[in-house]
Amino acid sequence: MLASLIIVFREVLEAGLIVGIVLAATQGVVGRGRWVALGIAAGIVGSCIVAAFADGISSLFADTGQELFNAGVLLVAVVMLAWHNAWMAQHGRELARDMKAVGRAVKSGEKSLAALAIVIGVAVLREGSEVVLFLTGILASEEGGLATVAAGGLGGMALGALVSVLLYAGLVQIPTRHLFATTTWLLTLLAAGMASTAVNFLAQAGILMSGGTVLWDTSGFLRDNSLIGQALHIMVGYTDRPTEAQLVAYVAVVAGILLLTRWAARSVPRMVGAAE
Amino acid sequence: MRCFSLLSAVCAVALTGLALVEVAPARADDMVTIVIKEHRFDPAEVKITANKRVTLLVDNQDATSEEFESGEMKVEKIVGGRKQIKVMVGPLKPGRYPFFGEFHEATAQGAVIAE
Ligand SMILES: [Cu+2]
Repeated sequence: MLASLIIVFREVLEAGLIVGIVLAATQGVVGRGRWVALGIAAGIVGSCIVAAFADGISSLFADTGQELFNAGVLLVAVVMLAWHNAWMAQHGRELARDMKAVGRAVKSGEKSLAALAIVIGVAVLREGSEVVLFLTGILASEEGGLATVAAGGLGGMALGALVSVLLYAGLVQIPTRHLFATTTWLLTLLAAGMASTAVNFLAQAGILMSGGTVLWDTSGFLRDNSLIGQALHIMVGYTDRPTEAQLVAYVAVVAGILLLTRWAARSVPRMVGAAE
Repeated sequence: MRCFSLLSAVCAVALTGLALVEVAPARADDMVTIVIKEHRFDPAEVKITANKRVTLLVDNQDATSEEFESGEMKVEKIVGGRKQIKVMVGPLKPGRYPFFGEFHEATAQGAVIAE
């Protein structure tokens, strides 16, 4: 039971931290609750579908289906995060300055919220399918009954949700003017970490053959499968043994999002008044 | 319109990182089988050729699913109950590379020895 609790806790935490950051980042945006809930719900439904077809997915593309699926899902989230940050750079100030534009901004804000809902959806999808596979496996064996699965699963979910809520509560303590900058950075690093994880899946699939040299090893200091290591892994992409390719992906995404948001912020004047 | 150009710009930037690294098709030279039974690996230690790409065939004979994971080899892959997966590792420098089953970490421990 303790094992189920720990496994489910870790998986829920992975998705939960992302939900917490997204909720903090969209503080005060109308309709965010609906989009976040939609993302979580779609992710849970998707998890069950992915778990049901896990073997089929795994055997695709010469047995690299699982890796390619993970990499693909992560890259979708990276693109959505980048797009959201660019959107915020473009509309954030405009939203605050011109209250008359709020009605319109909220309407286009839905696009940005939809991007974040997709990020949440794929995070829940990835971690949720692991939970479903793990729990159905336990159910299928004789070692644990329904009670074990229920107790471990629900306990783990509650604990994971609690830690995520604590992160969210901590983030929203930050004064509003700093909160926006903080969450923008968190979303950027979240995206960079996802990209470097995606690169690792591509390497595992044998699609990316070079750049596999491990650059440094901080596993003696902080292992990335420890609780703190895992939390840092999700939030800022911490890896105890990064490869060249992972570092390149990480830096490229941080730089890419910074350039994109700067470019988006500069094109604001043209945007004012132009309903889109 | 704007959304599309933004999106494609993001894609281009995100993919720059990947483009910098050369891409080649998968190629499996060696295959080593590791069986999972009662949440233990059999054999718990496998020898492979160093500096060569090797495919590990993980054969899960338990009814429960398992996640084959190794920080040292940088792999993470789920294998369903009574299912098999292939994991490509390496080329590895000579040394010992521990792996474990994340879903049953207490008992599922093993290592690849590259030499
Ligand atoms: Cu996970």
